[in-house]
Amino acid sequence: MALVAFKTKEKKINEQAPVERQTVYSTKKCNLWYGNHHALKNINLDMKEREVTAIIGPSGCGKSTYIKTLNRMVDLVPNVKTSGAIEYRGRNIFSKDFHVEELRTRVGMVFQKPNPFPKSIFENIAFGLRIHGIKNKKLIHETVEKSLRQAAIWDEVKDRLHDSAYGLSGGQQQRLCIARSLALEPDVLLMDEPTSALDPVSTLKVEELIQDLKEKYSIIIVTHNMQQASRISDKTAFFLNGEVVEYDDTYTIFNNPRDHRTEDYITGRFG
Amino acid sequence: MKTNDGQNQVQSLLEKKYQNGFLSRGEKVIPVLLFLMAAVSVVTTIGIVLTLIVETFTFFKQISIAEFLTKKDWYPFSKTDASYGVLPLLVGTLKITLIASITAVPIGLAVAIYLSEYASERVRKLMKPILEVLAGVPTIVYGFFALTFVTPLLRAIFPSLEMFNAVSPGIVVGMMIIPMIVSLSEDALSSVPDSVRQGALALGATKWEMTWRVAFPAALSGIMASIVLAISRAIGETMIVSIAGGSTPTASLDLTTSLQTMTSYIVQVSTGDAGFGTTIYYSIYAVGFTLFLFTLAMNMLAQRISRRFREEY
Repeated sequence: MALVAFKTKEKKINEQAPVERQTVYSTKKCNLWYGNHHALKNINLDMKEREVTAIIGPSGCGKSTYIKTLNRMVDLVPNVKTSGAIEYRGRNIFSKDFHVEELRTRVGMVFQKPNPFPKSIFENIAFGLRIHGIKNKKLIHETVEKSLRQAAIWDEVKDRLHDSAYGLSGGQQQRLCIARSLALEPDVLLMDEPTSALDPVSTLKVEELIQDLKEKYSIIIVTHNMQQASRISDKTAFFLNGEVVEYDDTYTIFNNPRDHRTEDYITGRFG
Repeated sequence: MKTNDGQNQVQSLLEKKYQNGFLSRGEKVIPVLLFLMAAVSVVTTIGIVLTLIVETFTFFKQISIAEFLTKKDWYPFSKTDASYGVLPLLVGTLKITLIASITAVPIGLAVAIYLSEYASERVRKLMKPILEVLAGVPTIVYGFFALTFVTPLLRAIFPSLEMFNAVSPGIVVGMMIIPMIVSLSEDALSSVPDSVRQGALALGATKWEMTWRVAFPAALSGIMASIVLAISRAIGETMIVSIAGGSTPTASLDLTTSLQTMTSYIVQVSTGDAGFGTTIYYSIYAVGFTLFLFTLAMNMLAQRISRRFREEY
């Protein structure tokens, strides 16, 4: 069963092959330390636009650290040091003249636990627009609706836009947070285990959403759920102890891994 | 064998407990004791309020409520033409409260935001105890500070300021309530979860945008409550105003002249030589009751605000 599903997927990728895809993120010899703890070791990865890249690996392997480095949220941790470079569309994100606010506006992020603002549903989405100086009321209204539709939550909230976002269920809150990121029309969407706090039905909805979003956005998703990675991603990177063990097409990683550690992990021998 | 013995020992000890009814008598006494303690504070409060009400009634038998509320002069000591209009004392209290709030609210909020959002752990550890010291200074010391330091300083800048005025004690009352605003507002800000802050930063918000548009509104209920409580404290403040504000009841809105607040009038009468049973004696209860209603209303307002704006994280 599973094999058949993978095969159809491989076919689909082949059909799309002629499309020229540019690199959005190019990580070059990137190292990261938390104090003395060497959390990322010599990472080299290239990620293409309008693809879903999954990052898998056991707890503490650095996958979450890596995705937080991509929009420099990792800066919030005290005593963080980095070396090497991560180029976002050719610009080094660690360089002084690439403001972290600009990077985070271009690259959206969805967190492990839904974290809506204690504001109304409408204001949650409008927040990003407002802080970036967009005042046109019509544009704000249109963008709020468009983002909520894109995040497949519009029908559930359209009659209660001005109610608190805290009244929504966990799954709805997470889709609201996705909509909040989409309102800024980001280039890339980073998702850090976005379904780990959700029930299976909400998880399915978010996964379907990711499939829709990949038409327009590049998505990098950290997941501890290997079925999820195999279901939704085009490329998969396997992290272990702060290193990238293997990075390839998802089909290859799950059916024909080159490294025995990858095989051990995906077959459930550890992790 | 040994372990078996040990087990039997435990069992036989427990057996004794089972036979003695298991729970010691203390277990039943404790809630009674605790209730009595709680009752003491409730009874005291009721007693104070009752005394206040009874004596206030006595006052209003001699002076009508209408005169108390509508007359514009407060001359209780005049032998020929005594007048009991509370307005000048109210105006005095409001002038001090206003100046104190203008001083304390912006500074208090700025410090709270600084400590919660910007200060490093080291700075926070240094500043919090200093603020606590400030909160622990006796108000009589603040009063001297106002009279002997702030007033001369202000008069050097504004020569038209009288020795006793509203500005100097107002500012110093403000300084007194700053620690209260800082401490409660900082608690409110710190209880906003970091995940919410990260959500804002991840959208490209600057630190200030995150603080001002997400953390601050989220903490608003606690912040508002802290302000109202602090203002209520300013209304009730006595020593600073008695020392540096003078004792001239006046309904004038002039901030540069001597004034009298409700509390400093009460001090004046209770330390002076108004005989027991005189109208002047009873007047302090009426003024005290008015003050009580003020602070009670403020405290209830604070509670309502914190319930109304409560954000659940």
